[in-house]
Amino acid sequence: MKSLKLNKTTRRNYLTYLLVILAYVILQVLGSAGAISSSLKGMLVPICAYIVMAISLNLTVGVLGELSLGHAGFMSMGAFTGVTAAIALQDAIPAAPLRMAIALLVGAAFAALAGFLIGIPVLRLNGDYLAIVTLAFGEIIKSIFNNLYVGVDSKGLHMSLLSDTTNLAEGGKLIIAGPMGIGGIQKISTFTAGFILVMVALIVIFNLVNSRAGRAIMAIRDNRIAAESVGVNITKYKMMAFVTSAALAGAAGALFAMNYSTIVANKFDFNTSILVLVFVVLGGLGNMLGSIVAAAALTILPEALRQFSDYRMLVYAIVLILVMLATNNPTLKSFFGRFKPGKSHGKEAA
Amino acid sequence: MTFLNFLISGISLGSIYAIIALGYTMVYGIAKMLNFAHGDVIMVGAYICFYAVSRFDLPPLAGVILAMLVCTVLGMVVERLAYKPLRQAPSLAVLITAIGVSYFLQNMALLLWSSNPKVFPGFFVSASGDTGVELFGGELKISYVTLFTILICIVIMLALTWFTGRTKMGKAMRACSEDKGAAQLMGINVDATISMTFAIGSGLAAIAGVLLCSAYPTLVPTTGSMPGIKAFTAAVFGGIGSIPGAFLGGLLLGIIEIFAKAYISTQLSDAVVFAVLIIVLLVKPAGLLGKQIREKV
Amino acid sequence: MFGKLVPVPSGSMIPDRDIDKKPILECINLGITFGGLKAVEDFNLTIGRTEIAGLIGPNGAGKTTVFNLLTKVYQPTTGTILLGGKDTHSMNTMQVNRAGIARTFQNIRLFQKLSVEDNVKVGMDANMKYNMWSGIFRLPGYWHEEKTAHERAMELLSLFNMTDLADVTAGSLPYGAQRRLEIVRALATNPSLLLLDEPAAGMNPSETAELMENIRKIRDTFQIAVLLIEHDMNLVMNICEGICVLNFGRVIAKGSPEDIQSNPAVIEAYLGKKKEA
Repeated sequence: MKSLKLNKTTRRNYLTYLLVILAYVILQVLGSAGAISSSLKGMLVPICAYIVMAISLNLTVGVLGELSLGHAGFMSMGAFTGVTAAIALQDAIPAAPLRMAIALLVGAAFAALAGFLIGIPVLRLNGDYLAIVTLAFGEIIKSIFNNLYVGVDSKGLHMSLLSDTTNLAEGGKLIIAGPMGIGGIQKISTFTAGFILVMVALIVIFNLVNSRAGRAIMAIRDNRIAAESVGVNITKYKMMAFVTSAALAGAAGALFAMNYSTIVANKFDFNTSILVLVFVVLGGLGNMLGSIVAAAALTILPEALRQFSDYRMLVYAIVLILVMLATNNPTLKSFFGRFKPGKSHGKEAA
Repeated sequence: MTFLNFLISGISLGSIYAIIALGYTMVYGIAKMLNFAHGDVIMVGAYICFYAVSRFDLPPLAGVILAMLVCTVLGMVVERLAYKPLRQAPSLAVLITAIGVSYFLQNMALLLWSSNPKVFPGFFVSASGDTGVELFGGELKISYVTLFTILICIVIMLALTWFTGRTKMGKAMRACSEDKGAAQLMGINVDATISMTFAIGSGLAAIAGVLLCSAYPTLVPTTGSMPGIKAFTAAVFGGIGSIPGAFLGGLLLGIIEIFAKAYISTQLSDAVVFAVLIIVLLVKPAGLLGKQIREKV
Repeated sequence: MFGKLVPVPSGSMIPDRDIDKKPILECINLGITFGGLKAVEDFNLTIGRTEIAGLIGPNGAGKTTVFNLLTKVYQPTTGTILLGGKDTHSMNTMQVNRAGIARTFQNIRLFQKLSVEDNVKVGMDANMKYNMWSGIFRLPGYWHEEKTAHERAMELLSLFNMTDLADVTAGSLPYGAQRRLEIVRALATNPSLLLLDEPAAGMNPSETAELMENIRKIRDTFQIAVLLIEHDMNLVMNICEGICVLNFGRVIAKGSPEDIQSNPAVIEAYLGKKKEA
């Protein structure tokens, strides 16, 4: 194994694992000492979900290099299918952690399926056209869940679209109630579950990126025609990245949903997709640690700005614009560039 | 006759989308950026007109002109402050900035004008108090708003075709969208041209805002978001960067939306619209009138 | 388009050592039309198993278009390409590469943000077998194949004395090294025919001399055929065994370097007709 020495990327990945574990331990210790405010405590699970959303989207946007504007659609898919599974299994599996794990897997599986079906048309397009089609799929998924009715009774699952015609037998219950979404969810998501999901997502993404698949995916991003000319299967690898990204978003959605007692389709709209995209861009394309920090910081920021009350979203918008202007300012960039040892030789690729 | 009714309201809604889509497509063509804040400029235009007419008792036409002026200046200021410094930055950075501007405008509106819905005044009423004309013995009713919307859309289309084809500024805009570097070498002031594009797009957005709120008279700070997204879809549908494409895309999108509402389902109409977009892009990956650019190897 | 067409030598260019073997590449009446313009027309070429062949011609003659046709970046409008006797008609770029054609690009197309070593490893991807799950769960297949890939990449890089650049980002390499890396990456795909598009462009005479040696070394080591586009006549005349001259999309001459140098049609294509000059 000597040939696979610890290079820069590997060191960076281990640092990311370490920091995430450290953050978890510190928060657990502080939590048990009662040093964390209840509002922050309530945000821990959503933060984990958003982190997984951000790093999974970073796989599509940063590593594969395709802009997706419909990531919340996969989150929605995972949330609704995962919670439905959890509710349907409520009596069969009394152990909450096991039910939770199954719900996450179900959510991930359905989101992966959606990712695959959507990927077939989407990945044939390029650039902004691909982006708009992902946006369109996100909206379609939202519309469908807004009009979907799913119920369970002794005869199994029943489904209907547009209006409730599930005709459940005696003792049955309606799980998804169209625009009302899912109500009466048992809140079984915990910070530990969230932490485990973040770690799993990181391992999946890092190991995928540091294998032949990741090399091929990044090769496609850097130069599609050259990648094709050296025999890389473009369709296969694009699909692999897209489906993996969708599956992780689905798991994040299930985690997110089981932190609340009700969940509606409108929660996972275009604005949520954009929110996650902001995490990715601010954290740096292809930079998973950056995504984690950005997701955590920007989820807490609106809370931290509570003292500005009415002005907080305005401040958020201004901060966003200023950060983008500052990070892309040529003067500032070359100034900070001097302190980065890795970039000492060669110019920044455009 | 109901079919004709639906068709006319489809064309009317489509005309509004078309006017908004123009702003997207012109800015995209020249600055190669998706200006996500464009939808919110519509909302600003509608608010300005609303306050001018119902609070300061200005005549409707003056209200519209004032709204256009404010939006034109707003568009130019936003371009100067937020987008111009990012001209060399990666397109994603510009996209996020545009999203930031969108949040900014929405929240500014929320602070200035509160989240209480405003009921937009009906401008299009005849002296006798009619809101529309009835044809075929009342079977076909066309409101003045509808008529005006379609009419204004046609006028804008003709004016823009003339502008981009015949005037010096219009030609400069086309040159810049083709190749900014070459245009600059030919002595075209690229910065001024881009600024002008934003000005025109934003001015049109103000008109669209007034028309939109005349047809659907509830005005809130997020009024512009969904029509913005739909119009953006329309621009892509027709082939982003193409002015006739934006018109065609806008009209078709409006018609499809109304027909989907009428014949399929009101709740699923958005899903139908987006599904049609996906199908069109699969058949024509650069939109209806867009041209496919082959990468040189 | 031409007043008089100089007859194209019909004899095979295949070197004697390959004559009893099937040719690696046969192009028969290959042509492509771009919106009415015949960019390449009636292109016929045969290349032997271990031949170094040259494709020359003035700017805009259609040389790179021929490469794009061979690698299916463009689908030919007419004609047939036989690779080792097999028709490539239904293949796309990826499949053509897997069937044995690898190329470099005139305007360098490296994977800019990947390391030099990873650029080479991407070339090996089609010959690797472990799947996504082996990668994610780091199963034995991953370790085994990655080790082999690393060793092979280093071996290929050592051909061009680039082993110490293995960890450098491809985009930050100097120009000459980028051109060499493109060749190494192409070789990593195990081709039987290597297409080089202006490999010596932008190189100084000593670098060009080294490149000539390297091209010969590649042919001798891997026993493959090389077809190259080049404007440096010194290089072409020195290493090519057969040369094909293209002008306005048509072959105007074929033959050995000596034949080409004395061919009046070639001289006319490069220098123009006397009365115009």
